[in-house]
Amino acid sequence: MSEQPKPPKDPTRHSTYIPIEKQSTKPFHPTPMLDQLESGPWPSFVTGLKRLAHSNNMMVDLMGQLEHSYKTRLGYWKGGTVSVFGYGGGIIPRFSEVASLFPESKEFHTLRVQPPAGNHYTTKLLRQLSDSWSKWGSGLIAFHGQTGNIMFIGTTTENTQHFFDEINEYGFDLGGAGPCVRTAMSCVGAARCEQSCTNEHRIHRTLVNNFIDDMHRPALPYKFKFKVSGCPNDCMNSIQRADFAVIGTWRNDMQVDQSEVKSYVQSHGRKYTIDNVIARCPTKALSLNDDDTLEVDNRSCVRCMHCINVMTKALKPGTDRGITLLIGGKRTLKIGDTMGTVIIPFMKMDTDEDYEKLRELAATVVDFWAENGLEHERCGEMIERIGLANFLEGIGVEVDPNMISHPRTSSYVRLDDWDAEAEKWVARQKEKNSGEQVARA
Amino acid sequence: MTQQVAPAAEKKKMRTPIESGCPDGVQYMHPLMVKNFGKWKYHDRPRPGVLHHVAYSGDEIWTVRVGTQRQLGPYEINLLCDIFDKYGEGHVRFTIRSNIEVMVSSWEKVGPLIQALNDAGYPVGGTGNSVTMISHTQGWLHCDIPGTDASGVVKSLMDELYEEFIKEEMPNRVHITTSCCQINCGGQGDIAINVQHTKPPKINHDLVANVCERPSVVARCPVAAIRPAIVNGKPSLEVDEKKCICCGACYPPCPPMQINDPEHSKLAIWVGGKNSNARSKPMFQKLVAAGLPNNPPRWPEVAAVVKNILYTYKKDARDWERVGDWVERIGWPRFFELTGLPFTKFHIDNWRGARNSLNASAHIRF
Repeated sequence: MSEQPKPPKDPTRHSTYIPIEKQSTKPFHPTPMLDQLESGPWPSFVTGLKRLAHSNNMMVDLMGQLEHSYKTRLGYWKGGTVSVFGYGGGIIPRFSEVASLFPESKEFHTLRVQPPAGNHYTTKLLRQLSDSWSKWGSGLIAFHGQTGNIMFIGTTTENTQHFFDEINEYGFDLGGAGPCVRTAMSCVGAARCEQSCTNEHRIHRTLVNNFIDDMHRPALPYKFKFKVSGCPNDCMNSIQRADFAVIGTWRNDMQVDQSEVKSYVQSHGRKYTIDNVIARCPTKALSLNDDDTLEVDNRSCVRCMHCINVMTKALKPGTDRGITLLIGGKRTLKIGDTMGTVIIPFMKMDTDEDYEKLRELAATVVDFWAENGLEHERCGEMIERIGLANFLEGIGVEVDPNMISHPRTSSYVRLDDWDAEAEKWVARQKEKNSGEQVARA
Repeated sequence: MTQQVAPAAEKKKMRTPIESGCPDGVQYMHPLMVKNFGKWKYHDRPRPGVLHHVAYSGDEIWTVRVGTQRQLGPYEINLLCDIFDKYGEGHVRFTIRSNIEVMVSSWEKVGPLIQALNDAGYPVGGTGNSVTMISHTQGWLHCDIPGTDASGVVKSLMDELYEEFIKEEMPNRVHITTSCCQINCGGQGDIAINVQHTKPPKINHDLVANVCERPSVVARCPVAAIRPAIVNGKPSLEVDEKKCICCGACYPPCPPMQINDPEHSKLAIWVGGKNSNARSKPMFQKLVAAGLPNNPPRWPEVAAVVKNILYTYKKDARDWERVGDWVERIGWPRFFELTGLPFTKFHIDNWRGARNSLNASAHIRF
C-alpha cells in the first residue's frame, strides 16, 4: 500500500471525518477488520458507513453484519418480495439471516431508481435526493449500480413506499428488477463529446420510456437491457452488456483537417504517427502521404475510432450519421458470455419518424422474445438456440452480410429454397439501387 | 436519520405512482452543454484528471474527474456539493465507473477546484491512459449471493493503485472490474477479479422443497447436473458432483444449495476484456490466474497478482495497446513467461466454441 495521505487541512471537511457526537443509541459492534479499510489514500467507504452509524442504529447493525461477513467470509442477505403500490418490481428486498445478532438492520432493502439520462445532476438535485433518503432510509446511496440505477441502499419495507412517494413527486421513477426491461444507460454523448454521432439522450428515453409497463411489472422471460453509446468507442459497454445495443456511427467519409494532421505529425514525429495511427488501423485504410497529409480509404474503414481517438483535432466522424444496432449481448449465465450481433448495420436518426421506427423495432424484438424465449433465457441465448436467420424472420428484418464475420464453414445445411432466397437478395439490391438513383436525381 | 412512520390513515389510501420513467437529463445539464449539444469540435487533456472540450461556437468547457467510494452518504454528498457550488458551477455528472465529473466554463477555475477536492481527501484523475476507478458490484454489503465483498476489494486495490489513478502513465486506459460471483455483474475488464467456486453446492435437503421451485432450478444448471430426488423422505434435489462445474447458477433460485464457502470460494484473475471497438473488435477477458484465497479485509494475494500483471503491461506494452491488444501482439506464451504465472490445463477452454480458441496454425513465437 502506498504512503498515508497528509493530515487534512480541515479535519471536519474531509473524507476521513468522523463526528465526535454519537446520536445513534445502540453501541457500536467491534469492527477490527473493517477498520483496516479506513487507512490508505482512497476515500474509504468504511469511514462513510461509520459516519452514518453515528446517526442511526440501522447502520450500527449493518456494520456489525458486514464485519461478521468479513470474519466468516459468507454473505447473510436473503431476497423476498417487497414492492411499492402499483408496481411489481424496482426494489431489491434484503432480509438478514443473522437478524438475531443485528436486529436493527434486519430489513435493509434497496430501491433502484432511474437516473436522468446521461447521469446529469445539479448539486441541488443531489442534495435533494440525499435529504429524501436520509429521511426515509439509511442515507447510503450508490452512484450507480452496474445496470445504471441510483441505488438507495437500506430501508424497511414500510419506508420504501414513503421514499418512493416523495421522490416520485419530483420526477423520479423506479428502475427494473427481475424479469423485465431494466434501467437503460447512455453516454455523455452529444452533450460534451465531439465523437458523438447521434442524440444518445433522446434514443435512451425514447426506448426505455416506451417500456415503462414492462419495467414496473416483471413478466418477461428474463431481464432486457438497452444501452446507448454515441460512437463505436462504446463507453456504455453496450455490445457486451446490453440485449439491445445502440451505437452511433456514420457512413460517409470521415472528416479530415489536413493542416491539423500536419501539425500532429510535426509535434509527434513521423515514426510515432506511423506506429500509432497508420499501423494501428485494423483494416489498413490509412496511409501517410509524403507531405504529411493523411490518405483515408473510407470504403475499407470499419469505424473503429482508433485514429480519431488519437488525433482528436485532425479527425472526426463523417457527417452522414446514424446508428448501428446490435442485439443479444449478456454476461455469463447460462450459456456463457455473448456479444451482441449486428441486426441493423445502419439507420438514420434524424426525424421523428426515424425515432418511431426505432421504437417499433425495439417493441417487435421484445415481443418476439417474450413469445419465444424460455424462462430465464436472455434474448441472445434465444438467438443462439433458434439461429440468427430464424430470429431475423421473426422480427421481419432481412439478412445482411454485415451481420456475420464470415459465411458458414460447414456444409451440413439444407438449401431447399436457395434459388428463391437468392432472388430475394437480387430484388432487394435492385430496389436499393433504384432508390439511390432516385435520391441522386 | 429520523425513521418516520406514517399515520395509519395514510396507509389506507395508497398513492398511485406517476410512471414517469427515465428523467430528462437536459434540465440538469451544464448550460454550455445544452447550448453546444451536438456541436463540439475537439477535445484535449491539459493535465491528468481534466478534459477540455471546444465547441464550434468557440465555447470551451473543462471537466474535472473525481474518484469516489461509490457508496455515498449525506456527509460526503454535501461536502462534495459544497465544493462543486463554491469552486465549480453546480453541474455534475457521473461516469460509468462511478467517477464524478465537474464541469466549469473557465480554465482559471480548474486549479482551485482540484485543490479543494484534494484538500477534502478526494483524488482527481481517471482520465486517458490511467487506471480509472474499479467498477464493482455489491458484495457482502447488500447482495444475496456474494462470494466476497466488492467495496473492500476495490478500496484496498485503489489504495495501492492511487498513483496510477492520478497520473496518466499507462500505455492506454486500464479498466479493472470485480465480481463477487460467476455471473460477473462487473463485466469485461482489462483485468477482472472474479469469484470462482471450486466445490459443488452443499445442499440443505430439509429446506429445498419449501424454498425452491425445483424444475426451474434443474433448468438453471448449464451442464444438466441437477436432478430431482427424494432425500431422507423429502422431495429435494441432488447434484451429480462429477458433472458439476461449481458455477453457482443454482444458488440464486435455491438458497439451500449453498455454493459459497469461506475456504473453497476462490478468486480468479482474467485479462484482456475490452468493450471499445477501437483497433480490434470488442474482446472477452481470458482466465490467467485462479485459486487465490478470499482474504479480507485487504486481499493481499489478489493485489499482488493484479499489480504483477499491471506493471508487466506498463513496462512491455506499446502506446495505445490495451491489455488485450498487448497480449495479442506478444502472444500468450510470452504473457505467462513475463508475468511468471503458471500455465495449466485449466487455461484450455472446453466450453462450447472452445475449438475456436485453439491454435490451428504453425504460428509460434520463439
